[in-house]
Amino acid sequence: MDINKIINHKTKWEKSTLKKVLEKFPERKDDFSTGSWVPVERVAIPETFDADQYLDKIGFPGEYPFTRGVQPTMYRGRLWTMRQYAGFGSAEESNKRYKYLLNQGQTGLSVAFDLPTQIGYDSDDSHSIGEVGKVGVAIDTLEDMEILFDGIPLDKVSTSMTINAPASVLLAFYIAVGEKNGVSKDQLRGTIQNDILKEYIARGTYIFPPKPSLRLITNIFEYCSAEIPKWNTISISGYHIREAGSTAAQEVAFTLADGIEYIKAAVKAGLDVDKFAGRLSFFFNAHNDLLEEVAKFRAARRIWAKIMKEKFGAQNERSMMLRFHTQTGGSTLTAQQPDNNIVRVTIQTLAAVLGGTQSLHTNSKDEALGLPTEQAVRIALRTQQIVAHESGITHSVDPLAGSYHVESLTDKIEDEVWTYLNKIEELGGMVQAIEAGYVQKEIQDAAYKYQREIEDNKRILVGVNEFKVEDPMPDDILKVDPELRKRQIEKVTKVRENRNSDQVQQKLEALGQAAVDPSANLMPYIIDAAKSYATLGEICNVLRNEFGEHQESIVL
Amino acid sequence: MKQKLRILISKPGLDGHDRGAKYIARALKDAGYEVIYTGIRQSPEAIAKTAIQEDVDFVGLSLLSGAHNELFPEVVRTIREAGGNNIVIFGGGVIPEDDIADLQKNGISAIFTTGTPVQTVIDFIENQREQISH
Repeated sequence: MDINKIINHKTKWEKSTLKKVLEKFPERKDDFSTGSWVPVERVAIPETFDADQYLDKIGFPGEYPFTRGVQPTMYRGRLWTMRQYAGFGSAEESNKRYKYLLNQGQTGLSVAFDLPTQIGYDSDDSHSIGEVGKVGVAIDTLEDMEILFDGIPLDKVSTSMTINAPASVLLAFYIAVGEKNGVSKDQLRGTIQNDILKEYIARGTYIFPPKPSLRLITNIFEYCSAEIPKWNTISISGYHIREAGSTAAQEVAFTLADGIEYIKAAVKAGLDVDKFAGRLSFFFNAHNDLLEEVAKFRAARRIWAKIMKEKFGAQNERSMMLRFHTQTGGSTLTAQQPDNNIVRVTIQTLAAVLGGTQSLHTNSKDEALGLPTEQAVRIALRTQQIVAHESGITHSVDPLAGSYHVESLTDKIEDEVWTYLNKIEELGGMVQAIEAGYVQKEIQDAAYKYQREIEDNKRILVGVNEFKVEDPMPDDILKVDPELRKRQIEKVTKVRENRNSDQVQQKLEALGQAAVDPSANLMPYIIDAAKSYATLGEICNVLRNEFGEHQESIVL
Repeated sequence: MKQKLRILISKPGLDGHDRGAKYIARALKDAGYEVIYTGIRQSPEAIAKTAIQEDVDFVGLSLLSGAHNELFPEVVRTIREAGGNNIVIFGGGVIPEDDIADLQKNGISAIFTTGTPVQTVIDFIENQREQISH
């Protein structure tokens, strides 16, 4: 095929056929671009990718550079894991919701913890006022964790835990619950988020400064590669970066830059890249601009494979595979006409699946209003099941490959990502870029521009600035019992009374001593403390005393 | 009340969702107000202290974690106790309709839920300015 022939014909077409139409019927807008402002061509042609480059850039699924997917058969072999993020109130209530979801055909668990748990405070800490059990389940001690997973076979389900700063402690609780139920460590499957850098950028549940935080993460990599081989030791997350208002390309760029930093830290600590890189996983957002999102996922896979191979010299193909979880975009949901959100979530589900996700959480329609009700959660799960079993898009691997438009978008996003990665490298790496506020500023500028476009009606949000109706707020919103904190405090007090406090003291002191020695791996000490029923807060306080606390660098 | 109004935007509690707070802070700045943003994870005491020190006329609180019923009234109480009797306090975030009346009873002058145009907030501020100066 002679590319020039096509290019010449396009020029001719623009001057004749197209011109005539445009003269009579101008287009709706002067500029068309994706949701993240990537310019979009009216009609894409093969000039944007050279047929010779097919093998280098697109290739085959399950082979480097994995643009088309990490598995050769993708969903023809196995569907993605349907994993709804859930948890609220007490361990008892959340346990009930998990059993409900598993009964409805969900295939993996995803635990949401409340904010005190995520920041390493016990429920009776004064910092926890108002927050206990609100955005997730409250966990103070191993006892809460035993209740949370009561009756759930940990050797059969995989569990994802959204926990970062105290990830080591919650993993320790999980290991201990498994042991009590006769499930050995090598049978445990799941993921801890464990991605501290994006907490400094976007999500805010940090405890310690970057250096000791990176040490904890490296300790986890090392411990798990030896002891829990099926555990995903980190879920490097762009989700929250996107929620904070980034563009699609920024989401990929900053996430991969975080990933580079973790690998650098682990390699510096003496770990062999092929020993741990295969257990790294990623977590991305899916927004409404369907084709841009598909291109984003494809570009992310291609770039990561290249980074692992060329920058870190990985030999094992598994180390080069970007495996990821997706959640549909919480910030795209509207409080107005909440039923419309079902449609948005459907588009986003298509984006994630056409983009080759390994697992997916679909948001419930009422999440802009509060915690989702059981009925709303069911519709969200059904959305995935309909796409999986009725839409037919699972039959062919990477079915949008070769679309001139999608390939061209994939290339454009890739270019933008490399530009960011180079810039971050120039700044000295991601820790420096975050400390300088560079990353936060880039995201905030994009968030501000986006919101301004909505306010100025340049960007239409159905039901928000166009097609509005006066609809009363629905009243079936799930509420967390305000008395929960009291009950949770009673529970943790009782655990403190009944445990062997000498043993607890001894375990905590041992942890404190290990923390002083930068060459020590803290995981075994944390597991010992957890098993002695030391509270989450007590364990984190030992580390706070040693490591100090992170202070936000405010960028506006 | 001064010519140029001073506004403190803050995030009480442990919630890290600061996109809305930062947007409001920047948009109010662009609208000509003096705006101070505290950052996330502020205790009621810290917010009250900054509000008094910075001699602000308004305090805007943002919370998406559901802790508003406990924390917003606590911030009002702390600010009043610290002597900020004339400071107008408003809030925003994921706040169910049912909770708004109680928050208003407890000294939160207005609640702006998701999707509120920034002009609505500006109108509120200007309306309060008139009320106070009359």
